[in-house]
Amino acid sequence: MTEPLLSVEDLRTYFHTGAEVAKSVDCVSFTVAPGETLGIVGESGCGKSVTALSILRLIQQPGRIERGSKIMFEGKDLVTLDDSGMRDIRGNRISMIFQEPMSALNPVFTVGDQVAEVARIHGSGSRQQAWDRAVEMLTLTGIPAPEERAKSYPHQLSGGMRQRVLIAMALMMNPALVIADEPTTALDVTIQAQILELLVDLQKKFGTSILMITHDLGVIAETASRVIVMYCGEVVEEADVKTLFEAAHHPYTEGLMHAMPQLGEPRSRLNVIPGAVPPPTDWPKGCRFRERCPYSWELCEQEHPPLYQISEAHTSRCHLAIEPERRAHPHPPLVEQLGVPA
Amino acid sequence: MSGSLPSWAMETSDRIKMVDRLREAEKQGPLISVKNLTKSFPIKRGIFARTSGHVRAVNDVSFDIARGETLSLVGESGCGKTTTGRSILRLIEPTSGEIVFDGKDVCRLGVSGLRAARREMQIIFQDPVSSLNPRMTVGAAIREGITIHRLAEGAAADAIVKRLLEEVGLRAEYSTRYPHEFSGGQRQRIGIARALAVEPRFIVCDEPVSALDVSVQAQVINLLRDLQKERQLTYLFIAHDLSVVRHMSDRVAVMYLGKIVELAAAEDLYRDPIMPYTQALLSAVPIADPKVEKTRILLQGDVPSPASPPSGCVFHPRCFHPAKDAACTKIVPPLEEKAPGHLVACIKQPPTSVTWDAQEKAGGVNKPARYLPVAAVH
Amino acid sequence: MITEVPLALWRKHSVARRLRANRSAIAAIALMLAIVIPCALAPAFAPYDPTAQPDIIGLRSQPPSALHPFGTDPFSRDVLSRVLYGGRLSLSIALVATLLSVTLGTAYGAIAGLVGGVVETVMMRILDALLSIPRLLLLIAIFAAWRQLPIASFILIVGFTGWYGLSRIVRGQVLAIKHEEYVLSARALGAGRTRTLIKHILPNILTPVIVATALGVGHVILLEAGLSYLGIGVQPPAASWGSIIQDGADQIATYWWISFFPGMAIVLTVMAFNALGDALREALEPRRAKS
Repeated sequence: MTEPLLSVEDLRTYFHTGAEVAKSVDCVSFTVAPGETLGIVGESGCGKSVTALSILRLIQQPGRIERGSKIMFEGKDLVTLDDSGMRDIRGNRISMIFQEPMSALNPVFTVGDQVAEVARIHGSGSRQQAWDRAVEMLTLTGIPAPEERAKSYPHQLSGGMRQRVLIAMALMMNPALVIADEPTTALDVTIQAQILELLVDLQKKFGTSILMITHDLGVIAETASRVIVMYCGEVVEEADVKTLFEAAHHPYTEGLMHAMPQLGEPRSRLNVIPGAVPPPTDWPKGCRFRERCPYSWELCEQEHPPLYQISEAHTSRCHLAIEPERRAHPHPPLVEQLGVPA
Repeated sequence: MSGSLPSWAMETSDRIKMVDRLREAEKQGPLISVKNLTKSFPIKRGIFARTSGHVRAVNDVSFDIARGETLSLVGESGCGKTTTGRSILRLIEPTSGEIVFDGKDVCRLGVSGLRAARREMQIIFQDPVSSLNPRMTVGAAIREGITIHRLAEGAAADAIVKRLLEEVGLRAEYSTRYPHEFSGGQRQRIGIARALAVEPRFIVCDEPVSALDVSVQAQVINLLRDLQKERQLTYLFIAHDLSVVRHMSDRVAVMYLGKIVELAAAEDLYRDPIMPYTQALLSAVPIADPKVEKTRILLQGDVPSPASPPSGCVFHPRCFHPAKDAACTKIVPPLEEKAPGHLVACIKQPPTSVTWDAQEKAGGVNKPARYLPVAAVH
Repeated sequence: MITEVPLALWRKHSVARRLRANRSAIAAIALMLAIVIPCALAPAFAPYDPTAQPDIIGLRSQPPSALHPFGTDPFSRDVLSRVLYGGRLSLSIALVATLLSVTLGTAYGAIAGLVGGVVETVMMRILDALLSIPRLLLLIAIFAAWRQLPIASFILIVGFTGWYGLSRIVRGQVLAIKHEEYVLSARALGAGRTRTLIKHILPNILTPVIVATALGVGHVILLEAGLSYLGIGVQPPAASWGSIIQDGADQIATYWWISFFPGMAIVLTVMAFNALGDALREALEPRRAKS
């Protein structure tokens, strides 16, 4: 097996605000191989964005990456790397595409300047060379008339265009890894289709690895080769994309798939996951999904499930791995007895 | 979990019920009839804010909604669906057009008439954060409608508020809490309770689930459907997520740059979209199934600015219909019936009332041709 | 750089708790109370009658001592008592004038913001004109011309010239809130303009109003002190901090305590109110956290 490009081990990012500690990322581990797209799926509050920010060490007080976390990238541990080493990596070896294209761009500079700035920061070549490369990248991302467009300001461009600019910025220095944090959530569906095709295309061309963070299972199905599902700060399931969609093991993943309205299905009542995500200051004991799970039993309350190996490349944090016959006896989840929905 | 019948049978029985319902409703006439609704916003330039042009956010839109039906308005940003929804309630004053609610033209109502009409037509907003007054308790917010229309007072009003909270799935004790103590999904439920307080017959749902997580979306969608059955409500459901719309609607209208380009029963639209824009829209939705190999239709470029819409058919610059020609740039296509109950605005998709003669005069060289891309849709 | 603080934590904190957590806010409130309470209850706290001149030969201009913690002035009046009673006057003037300004400013700004159109434009232009007149010079001109003016008139005039800034801010807030969805929802429910204003708009513009009140009190204290020092503010026999400073002004090198203590009182009070204003602004603001 080839050496992974990025290896996150036991990542813990906690927010210490006064008396309470919010354990937003609570022991997460995964790897990204060169050239692959790893999808991270989860709803709001599960810690996926905080994970991405932790990799690039963009977490500020009152949050911090706890001791014992390790993020290995190209032979270095990003958690303990010094500041100038980290600056060297950001935008250069690992870059990030954010969700809101408007707020990620500075409104008083032209887009060409902002893309070229990435090259100037990382020291390669003259202003003119940086500008030329910027125009080159803008062409690659499919922006029509890139020479003129480079001279426009962010507010003069549409949402889709701005996202292409962000992608150009992310790829300027030909990074080994691109972290895409919900890159298409804020875009219209036809534009989303264009951007996803572009990302897949560019990945093939440059061999970049992508960490695709999203809540949309459809986007995952289209772009990722492997997926991890996060819930309450932990990885609850990891599998390659086909296995995940055909044979999801964890009840949360199952519930998520059934709760999503799909184009091909007839009109029917959607299955819901009753209850709500618990707050990060107060993770429940034992299995964190227990109260919303239709299969839970006593063991789930007593023991926090480890990541069981279901098959070669498929792990799941659920005790059903050792007592699979319980799946035949679902019951109304505990929250339904309390009766208050999300 | 969809019941004892197989899915094809459910679909048929649902459909029979819907057709019956619509036939009943037809006898009574539509609940809402929108005719030629237009809303333009002036563009102000310069120091003295001179009006230099107009943005036609909604451009000559007409449709009916039958009693008990859910009509969805879908489209991407800038298509005018939110403006349409709000104009029907006169939260935005229409520039021209008629909105006939149960026989009365809402646009002509005076202040007191409008207030009475407001009881019957309500709205649910998209953003759970800004749709509730942060300084008002939840109970006070729900009670406001009751107070304004003098439906009940004091203890009676409180009882109604508690009942409504339970109806939307929250506990009655929550009425003394403030909005910031609730999650997004719960706030949407409060917004629904607030709209229901005045016992409306028609509710405009303005992207009610777009800002919610997937699992919470499902809960709210189910709630809306249940309420519709129990209270015989009529919905105008505005959304951009086509999968959600599929679950909610009886009929769907697709909007583009302020115009309705297609209007059909939900099953017909999803199975057999005729307008090229609708086809592209449906094929753009990512499918949560990695096995499905999609030949996706990719539209070129971006949506043009509504301040300077293309001439003739607003979609022509991005259209891929094989018969597209110069006539498309000159003639504004009327919304006409291409299949039973299925209206489309395209002069190149037969049958069309825009004669070949008129098209030739406008520079047309291709005769109208039926076109359905292969394997692009479900 | 980015920080994410989970929503749940903000939810648990109410305004009071946030204030409590802010150390400088607590210090400011404590200081403010330490000054305001003794001044307000001056008859109970003052050891002597501020106007009494018991021993004009023996007790004049005595430095601070056990009997007279702030010393005595040339007329053998106890400075501590004078400062306490003077504080009562200064603070009441500041409070009433500020309340007057705040009420006027809020009303003007809210009406302008709500009504809009030509009326708003005209109101704003009038405001611009009023703002162009320098307040301090105007007050000096008025009070210099009008000697022996009663305190009520002083308060009215100061109050009537202090509302411009707040009305601009209030108008801006009203414009922003007018388009919030909960206001739209009230309209959809059938609410009229008055109801919308009272129930929805006003409660949500309280933040700048409350902050402006706290800061305004400090501002007027300074204003009044300055004018009284110049002799055109509060007239004898009434004594405010400014006029007490004036009394000791020419002997500041030798009998420093006569001007020092009222001066310190002004400094500490204004600091306390300013800090309170800042703390309130912070505590009242973050009501909306992102999900």
